[in-house]
Amino acid sequence: MNIHEYQAKEILKQNGVAIQEGIVAYSPDEAVEAAKKLQKETGTGWWVLKAQVHAGGRGKGGGVKLAKNLDEVKEIASNMIGMQLVTHQTGPAGKKVRKILVAQDVYYPGPSQKEEFYMSILLNRKTGHHTIMYSPEGGMDIEQVAEQKPDRIFREEIDPGNGILPFQARKIAFNLGLSGNAFKEMTRFIFALYKAYSSVDASLVEINPVLKTTDDKILAVDAKFNLDDNALFRHPELLEMRDLDEEDPTEVEAARHNLNFVKLDGNVGCMVNGAGLAMATMDIIKLSGGEPANFLDVGGGASAETVEAGLKLILNDPAVKAVLINIFGGIVRCDRVANGVVEAYKKLGNINVPVIVRLQGTNAEEGKKVIDASGLKVRSAITLQEAALLVKEVV
Amino acid sequence: MSVLIDQTSKVLVQGFTGKEGTFHAGLMIEYGTNVCGGVTPGKGGTRHLGLPVFNTVSEAVEATGADTSVIFVPPQFGADAIMEAADAGIALIVAITEGIPVADMVKVKHYLASRNSRLIGPNCPGIISPGKAKVGIMPGFIHQQGNIGVVSRSGTLTYEAVDQLTKLGLGQSTCIGIGGDPVIGTSTLDAVKLLMDDDDTEGIVIIGEIGGDMEVEAARWIKEHGTKPVVGFIAGQTAPKGRRMGHAGAIIGGKEDTAAAKMKIMNECGIHVVESPALIGETMAKVLK
Repeated sequence: MNIHEYQAKEILKQNGVAIQEGIVAYSPDEAVEAAKKLQKETGTGWWVLKAQVHAGGRGKGGGVKLAKNLDEVKEIASNMIGMQLVTHQTGPAGKKVRKILVAQDVYYPGPSQKEEFYMSILLNRKTGHHTIMYSPEGGMDIEQVAEQKPDRIFREEIDPGNGILPFQARKIAFNLGLSGNAFKEMTRFIFALYKAYSSVDASLVEINPVLKTTDDKILAVDAKFNLDDNALFRHPELLEMRDLDEEDPTEVEAARHNLNFVKLDGNVGCMVNGAGLAMATMDIIKLSGGEPANFLDVGGGASAETVEAGLKLILNDPAVKAVLINIFGGIVRCDRVANGVVEAYKKLGNINVPVIVRLQGTNAEEGKKVIDASGLKVRSAITLQEAALLVKEVV
Repeated sequence: MSVLIDQTSKVLVQGFTGKEGTFHAGLMIEYGTNVCGGVTPGKGGTRHLGLPVFNTVSEAVEATGADTSVIFVPPQFGADAIMEAADAGIALIVAITEGIPVADMVKVKHYLASRNSRLIGPNCPGIISPGKAKVGIMPGFIHQQGNIGVVSRSGTLTYEAVDQLTKLGLGQSTCIGIGGDPVIGTSTLDAVKLLMDDDDTEGIVIIGEIGGDMEVEAARWIKEHGTKPVVGFIAGQTAPKGRRMGHAGAIIGGKEDTAAAKMKIMNECGIHVVESPALIGETMAKVLK
């Protein structure tokens, strides 16, 4: 699950991470009120308005703007709320901005130079350890840094038995070139950040940039959290942070039926039992000359209800020109799945794209017979290769 | 021979009296697996499927001499169940449970590092040595005893590959489902090494997917040390970056863990990589000739 910057910052603050303060606003008037309140609380004279959408690269797309007075706050908020924000992560259609974060200006002049760093905590799959990844090259896309200056990215592995240790925090702060008060603040920042990461069972916390202000404070200016879906059962409070507006409506609907669905841009829909076989089926579609329109894992059961719900989701997409249902019957019997397909097909009525059903495993022959005898416009196959050829025929 | 399990394995079922545990324990027994009992805290002293139920794994080990455990408990108790089995001295722990939090598995991995247990999974179909024993949820009847070892991160896709092999007359020595999570007990390479050392295994099928670099690690080792033909397939050639494809571990993080990148390296390391999952069996038959 992903959350917004303002929600991520709430979690950070609760765990003692110093942040760029801000207040979320849903309208231009609320934005002005938020700006006044922030001025009172933090003394800030300028404000940064940030679009709250689940996508990176907001700055370049016009989703982050500086306001130097309250009139500008109102004007920028009016333009930003309701806009379609396009970034390299949203796709060409962009994302509708429904709320903004009015934040204090933390780039004020002062006695020392400001500096920007990159810091994230994530899993190192190879070692099975949580790892702090950091770089003195803050404020830019970390993938770009990895490509152009790979020696400027550092990693610190965290021992699962001990958590982060003081010498590690010091090492990071030294590697970032800090001294004096900023050094102390940074070590505190690192401990608090790891605490935040662990306390919510995050799979990624990314702070870019971490700012050293001109008066030697260390602040999280932006914040991205990915939460481990498997751990949400122990964080009911985080479930409330889920923003369905940010998710694909088809995927939200799929989740309601306990189906695992990912929307893609192709023309051949597919419905499969098992995630690995589902990915392999997408690959078969591509090799047969089509493009997969989705990933859909219906799980082990593949009952008439799940088949019906899955078919509905797939056929919702006007780009879909054919559907491939690929079920490997292990525990589940193919003739039962076939009956489910026939039932769902009849119930849905008007299906005007070709449907290919490939059933293999327990009672595969009987399953094929059920499909062939149904009189419906459904093609059947038993081997994966036969199914691939049928896809080739229809696309 | 076979690896990890055979007819002499003494198997305990953790989460024995639950719905999943009951159903699959029944099928394992039917297959001929030597299931010697199960564990459900609070139900110790009762019997289930004609076998004794224990409150703790250590009690069960003491009473039955079990050396293998298969875990069906719900995800929130998964990590605890694995660590309990390790503490009781179980040599092979097979965790079927899907949905264990990653942070829990980080702790489990650390816990196991100082103990003598091997973990398979979690989020896996288990292990089968056809004709000998089945410790998992795979359909037994598609398998046939023989000389191909299979290592896979997936469930039904493995059944697909096994089915192709069996229909071509290529039986299997042992099929190991290592699991689809980002943190798992036994890596592709660990499993490949076991099969390379097995006298009865003549060829190996590796079924990988996007995310992580386990297949690459295995491929590089095979290039240096491999003694048997290997056929490989990577699922997710068409998967978009940054999206989780069902399995918690199936997500493209960078340039290195795409299907294309893995397939290229595997090819360079001498593995017979197939683009289409429909050709796994056929390709193995060809390279064995």
